[in-house]
Amino acid sequence: MKILGFLLLLAGWGLVLAALILLGAAGPRAAFVLAGVGVEIVGLVLVILAHLVPRGEYG
Amino acid sequence: MTPAAAPLPAFAGSLSVLCVIFVFLVPFAGAGLALINAGLGRSRSAAHSMMSSLCVLAVAALVYFTCGFSWQGFSGGPAHIFTLGGKDFNWIAAEPFFLRHLDFNGSPAPLAALLGMLSVGLAALIPLGSGADRWRLGACCISTAFFTAWTYPLFAHWVWGGGWLAQLGANYGLGQGFVDTGGASTIQAVGGLTALSLAWILGPRRGKYTHDGMPTAIPGHNSVLVLFGCALTLVGWWGLNAAGAILFNAATPGQTVLIAINTTLSAAAAALMSAAITRTRFGKPDASLTANGWIGGLAASSGACAFVAPAEAAAIGLAAGVLVTFSVEWFELRMSVDDPSGAISAHAMGGLWGVLSVGLFAEIPARILDATGETANRHPGQWLAQMVGIATLIGFVLPMTYGLNWLLNRVYPQRVSVEAERQGMDLYELGAGAYPEFITHGDEFTER
Repeated sequence: MKILGFLLLLAGWGLVLAALILLGAAGPRAAFVLAGVGVEIVGLVLVILAHLVPRGEYG
Repeated sequence: MTPAAAPLPAFAGSLSVLCVIFVFLVPFAGAGLALINAGLGRSRSAAHSMMSSLCVLAVAALVYFTCGFSWQGFSGGPAHIFTLGGKDFNWIAAEPFFLRHLDFNGSPAPLAALLGMLSVGLAALIPLGSGADRWRLGACCISTAFFTAWTYPLFAHWVWGGGWLAQLGANYGLGQGFVDTGGASTIQAVGGLTALSLAWILGPRRGKYTHDGMPTAIPGHNSVLVLFGCALTLVGWWGLNAAGAILFNAATPGQTVLIAINTTLSAAAAALMSAAITRTRFGKPDASLTANGWIGGLAASSGACAFVAPAEAAAIGLAAGVLVTFSVEWFELRMSVDDPSGAISAHAMGGLWGVLSVGLFAEIPARILDATGETANRHPGQWLAQMVGIATLIGFVLPMTYGLNWLLNRVYPQRVSVEAERQGMDLYELGAGAYPEFITHGDEFTER
């Protein structure tokens, strides 16, 4: 889950870069940048879940 | 390898002197952060914390001198550029190593190098607070070397060195490009995200979480150090924000007064908001959370302090106070992240909010990109440029800094042993405690 999360983080950033490079109109570009940020948020959630401390581990 | 972007503006003598004075104030921020980190940790790790801070600053200065500046560079200096979609993509500087080819004649480039050397040390101090009481001294020095050699210079080049983020305005019409006056992204967010990576890799301190997953309170050992550290950081931040504005955002001497006022207002509003929230929720104001709010307000101020009115700076600070206070609790309770100094909330969350605040509030003079224009405007695409910067921080910098520290941890474990945590970092790693009047039992001392 951790690796998937980090891959989604990178994929989201790639989407943002692709939106900048490939899209010229302001509206679609902004939408795709925000979509990229959304993908990053999903990735961040997965990374966070992967790092939750198992109960009793550090007690 | 080609010259990148518009060169740094030549300085008049008075502006150069003013900028030098501001840069000389920056170490106060480092001193303040070191005191805050020490005060919010345990008493048995206080000397280790201060020793680590000194070592981090030393490693950062040497590594930045060796190769950090050569990869950060400055606007107008040589850089590696490739063309992508018909636009120049300036991704890393190509200065010679060891600060060669810098003319120390009062021009902006050496000043940018000095500011970078101090800024990278400041950014590298941020993860120390999150790794308090369990991060080995050797590991923290190696991690700082990675951070100073690669993570910080790369992103700082993109923002302050004429890199692709700074060129978003010229290349893609996004406002004035990604704007960061005093390091909300380059210093605070990059340092804060590295702190988050380390907190994940190191894991929580033993005893921090009970068997059912609930956090226990491990209060800082010296509130006086923490609050005095906060006062010191204000002086450092004046220097940081003003020097950054002069060097990278073409601020005039007159604007530096506004910058100092905005910096102070943002910190003040954030600290009072944190104190009010904790007073309302817990019955009494919490000193450590108020300190976190203060630092969060300073971090947030670094984004737009040169381009907002004082009332807007206060509003940015108020929002930072709310964000940081609840974020500290959220990281500890919901994410199981043990961050003794609250560095992740104060620096990463505060810094990210500061970056976003540029897009929401800033009126940026056109002279940053075009010397013929002097009008200040809220540019319609500015918020999108700031969002691209935030996406780069979370989507690229966080995985990169996590990956580097994960690799280091595989080769050289960064966390101390269980025995070291029981004894305290001072005795185990340094052989002597910070407070010699405390009784130390002989059988607790072991040779490393």
